[in-house]
Amino acid sequence: MLTLLLILLPIAAGVITLLAGERMAKQLALVGGLASLGVAVFTWLQFDPAAGSQFGFKYAWVASGGISFAAGIDGISMLLVLLTTFLTPLIILSAFKNEYKNPAAFYSLILFMEAALIGVFTATDAFLFYLFFEAALIPVYFLAAIWGGENRIKVTFKFFIYTIFGSLFMFVALVYLYYQTPGTHTSEIAAFYQLQLSPAAQGYVFWAFFIAFAIKMPLFPFHTWQPDTYTESPTAATMLLSGIMLKMGVYGLIRLLLPIVPLGMEQWGFLAMILSVIGIIYGSIIAIQQSDMKTLIAYSSFAHVGLMAAGVFSSSLNGLQGALIQMLAHGINVIGLFFIVDIIYSRTKTRYLDQLGGITQSTPHLSVYFMVLLLGSVALPLTNGFVGEFLLLSSVFQYKGWLGAVAGLTIILGSVYMLRLFQKSMFGPKSKWVEGFQDLTASERAVLLPLVIMVFWIGIYPSTFLKITEPAVSQLLQLVNN
Amino acid sequence: MSASLLILIPLLPLAGFLINGIGFPNIPKGAVGIIGTLAVVASFVLSVMTFNAFVASGSQPFIVPLFDWISVGDLNIPFSFQVDQLSLLMLMIITGVGSLIHIYSIGYMHHDSGFGKFFAYLNLFLFFMLLLVLGSNYVIMFIGWEGVGLCSYLLIGFWNKNTNYNNAARKAFIMNRVGDLGFLLGIFTIIATFGSVEYSEVFSKAAAGFQVGDPVIITITLFLFVGAMGKSAQIPLYTWLPDAMAGPTPVSALIHAATMVTAGIYMVIRSNVLYSLAPSTLEIVGIIGGATALFAASIALLQNDIKKVLAYSTVSQLGYMFMGLGAMAYSASMFHVITHAFFKALLFLGAGSVIHAMSDEQDIRSMGGLRKKLPVTFITFAIGTWAISGLPFFAGFFSKDEILAHVFEHNKLLWVIGLLGSIMTSFYMFRLLFLTFFGTFRGTHEQEHHLHESPASMTIPLIILAILSAVGGFIGVPEALHGSHQLAQFMSPLYDLAKTANPAAFEHTSLSHSEEYMLMAISVAAALISAIAAYVMYVQKGAVPAPDSEEKSGLQRAVYNKYYVDELYDAVFVKPIKTLSNVLYSFGEIFIDLIIDAFVKIVSLGAKLLRKTQTGSTGEYVFAMVIGIVVILFWKLLL
Repeated sequence: MLTLLLILLPIAAGVITLLAGERMAKQLALVGGLASLGVAVFTWLQFDPAAGSQFGFKYAWVASGGISFAAGIDGISMLLVLLTTFLTPLIILSAFKNEYKNPAAFYSLILFMEAALIGVFTATDAFLFYLFFEAALIPVYFLAAIWGGENRIKVTFKFFIYTIFGSLFMFVALVYLYYQTPGTHTSEIAAFYQLQLSPAAQGYVFWAFFIAFAIKMPLFPFHTWQPDTYTESPTAATMLLSGIMLKMGVYGLIRLLLPIVPLGMEQWGFLAMILSVIGIIYGSIIAIQQSDMKTLIAYSSFAHVGLMAAGVFSSSLNGLQGALIQMLAHGINVIGLFFIVDIIYSRTKTRYLDQLGGITQSTPHLSVYFMVLLLGSVALPLTNGFVGEFLLLSSVFQYKGWLGAVAGLTIILGSVYMLRLFQKSMFGPKSKWVEGFQDLTASERAVLLPLVIMVFWIGIYPSTFLKITEPAVSQLLQLVNN
Repeated sequence: MSASLLILIPLLPLAGFLINGIGFPNIPKGAVGIIGTLAVVASFVLSVMTFNAFVASGSQPFIVPLFDWISVGDLNIPFSFQVDQLSLLMLMIITGVGSLIHIYSIGYMHHDSGFGKFFAYLNLFLFFMLLLVLGSNYVIMFIGWEGVGLCSYLLIGFWNKNTNYNNAARKAFIMNRVGDLGFLLGIFTIIATFGSVEYSEVFSKAAAGFQVGDPVIITITLFLFVGAMGKSAQIPLYTWLPDAMAGPTPVSALIHAATMVTAGIYMVIRSNVLYSLAPSTLEIVGIIGGATALFAASIALLQNDIKKVLAYSTVSQLGYMFMGLGAMAYSASMFHVITHAFFKALLFLGAGSVIHAMSDEQDIRSMGGLRKKLPVTFITFAIGTWAISGLPFFAGFFSKDEILAHVFEHNKLLWVIGLLGSIMTSFYMFRLLFLTFFGTFRGTHEQEHHLHESPASMTIPLIILAILSAVGGFIGVPEALHGSHQLAQFMSPLYDLAKTANPAAFEHTSLSHSEEYMLMAISVAAALISAIAAYVMYVQKGAVPAPDSEEKSGLQRAVYNKYYVDELYDAVFVKPIKTLSNVLYSFGEIFIDLIIDAFVKIVSLGAKLLRKTQTGSTGEYVFAMVIGIVVILFWKLLL
């Protein structure tokens, strides 16, 4: 039942926020987000990693067809629910300093988004998964299309078309799988795991899933919607997209693709791996010369996701555990970095590195927070990025030595573009754009401090999080390897 | 020695970092200096106590487990410390020299507005450096390895208003990361081979289960050595170190001379079991070391920036240490790490004292005759020069001659290279000494008026380091000179396992005493002749290097411009990557859009065809049907 509560609570909070109107919208939304976080932590405290799917519910949807509203929480879900509920209130709080028109709608959309994301991460029925997967698109689409930058209409349309296109592939695959289940058919994900499909069929389903999730994350070469969308969207939407929503894609690979079509993996996994690794290098190289800070971080995020996917396609314990902990770390770092860009933009009205410089002279706090998040992002040991990157790269290296070496270039290229970002904005002589730059406000620190604490928690004591997922991942890998 | 005291050794500097870092700029300067320095001095005292306890209890290595850090399946990476001969020696160098440099910094950085930040970074550096040498496995070493790289970055770019300094800092970090990738791949190979990263487990398995020359071991050692090349500034990854001189001078002394840059040597000695099993890797280590020693020394001959001369000298001396490692003279290389820490820290701090007195002037062409105004700096600097040149009987004499003797046994050609290098070393060091302290003053009147000896907080560390540079060599007096080489004896248990793995490599055809005397005589004579040549040129004839505006001959120009290696790297790596980045962004992305468009068209076409195909399987039929409908719908939507 806790799962149901986790899904319904943000919806309820969203509705209340919407009804309560302009004045209290922010505050109500924040309370709603924190309440969800509270429930998630409460769930975590009772969660037993070894006990499989817990706190579930199941209601008939199409009873005769074996389709139901069914959700539950295993280790993998638990981690992503924690990620979602931890980041959502911070995303809400990060928007406080900007005045958005129609704030009630703005904040309630964030909460609806949260509900949909939790739904995706907990659904145990394939069609319910699909429903939430699609539903998550709607709030973020409106956030981008209504509150975005100048080119928002064109850009969000591209984004919408891409993701819809991808999802339809998945839908086809799910319908197909559903009809393959024995008896009166069922859409339980667990039942899909038991299917014995022919290698050819597995190949088709593999690509259908791959395209859907590759677009969502995105993976090379399905990524061209992403940099523009990240750049044009209001920062809160960019955070939702990069911090949490793209994890739906990685989650989909882990939850559906790996265990349902292991033979498909055997045939095509190498190609998928190559595409992922190309993405790492391709995204990193493009990031090196970007001038718009948001675009730069967008490409960096694209590169990081490529490594997560590569870890998943290695179908090893290291790779999956690395991908999961990296999802958590990446969510934290990328949200922090986008927030810092937003802080700089709100004060200077520019995001162009050529116009910035010397900010650090008047902002000791901002400099430290920025530096810590950057270090997390370049995977310095004892920060959150290292644990994931270490496990991921080691898994790719075990898969194929040379691929591991190529993917490993990310640690060099990442430091190239990230240090350039920091140097051009923070160091050097003070540019005229940054005159009178004020250091962080209390509410800005309230967003950044929890992020920085998590950077070190995950970096210094990752066991807390690795333990949540390890039994579920091992179980999943048994399905893959049988 | 209890475990909790051992943990304090790295934790105290960490605490110093947190206090000064969080408190900056609200803590008064006096308190900042005391907190930062006390943290390190206390660490030093604890290190000495640990050392004494270790020796008193029969020199038994032990491991202090702290907690499980990364644990996935069978792979367990504990956070734990290992105390043995090697980590203890490193602890004492790091905290000992570190303490002196902290004291020195109180005077040197006194006028800087970033005083608190500076001490915080220095403390943080020591924390990571101590982790590097204390860790009981490769991944903890890697934490320290990258952590010191970060501190190096922060301190090189300490004066971050200056874009050149920032570029130097970034270059250092990135170039080190190239090495770090090698290190990381080495760790991955170790995991794949041994299923563990713990030294004890890896080494015992390697010694028991692998033949000399096993390709896996060669791969591992080569990967690790790439890491060492980055951190210890060996060809081809050395160009960051001279640029790193942008940092405040105490940083150059501590990080870029005495401690961090010797991490690569530490790593090889730590992995001596693996390296002893990989003679071909050792050959490469020796050749790279020899080449670097000579190459960097030749650049130092013509440099006019006091810190740049010392920087190239450091690169060159690190090359000597790798030459020693290549000849499996692990203890001799460690000996040189120790003596080099003394005299190079001394020389840098002396240079700092000069720069301080000269109002931030670093060009030796504008100096001259400083010995009268800066007597303590002069005498200590002269001792350092004597020591690094390998003249008897100061510290460098013993350690460098020991390395050269081993290299001589191993490979005569490398020995000649080493000898040539030491001729150059003696020349450029005495050139530096004479141009700075002898002759007449060549700077501005304002500078001359301002000349002064540094305060006690700076001269006391100089004096202590000068004493150590003078007598430090006596911990390793060879048998030929009626010594017992205490250092080598102390370190010898470190190689027990390597000896069982590859006994043949340790059977040295020991040089006779007369041969050793001859080698010593040759290198001392060579160094002396160089020193005299420098004296004749720069003191008797009073020559001063030409100003930059003057034309130089081809070879001179090449050397003066550091053989254009920076320009080469720029043309081969930096510019192409930038161009590629622009091309991919401007054209690649559009191209991909086109491909995806085409892909959509093909899918829709394929779906139409599929619909017409009867395969008999309901499942595939449904699949094809739905895909067709979906794609047509989608296509309509797009148009």
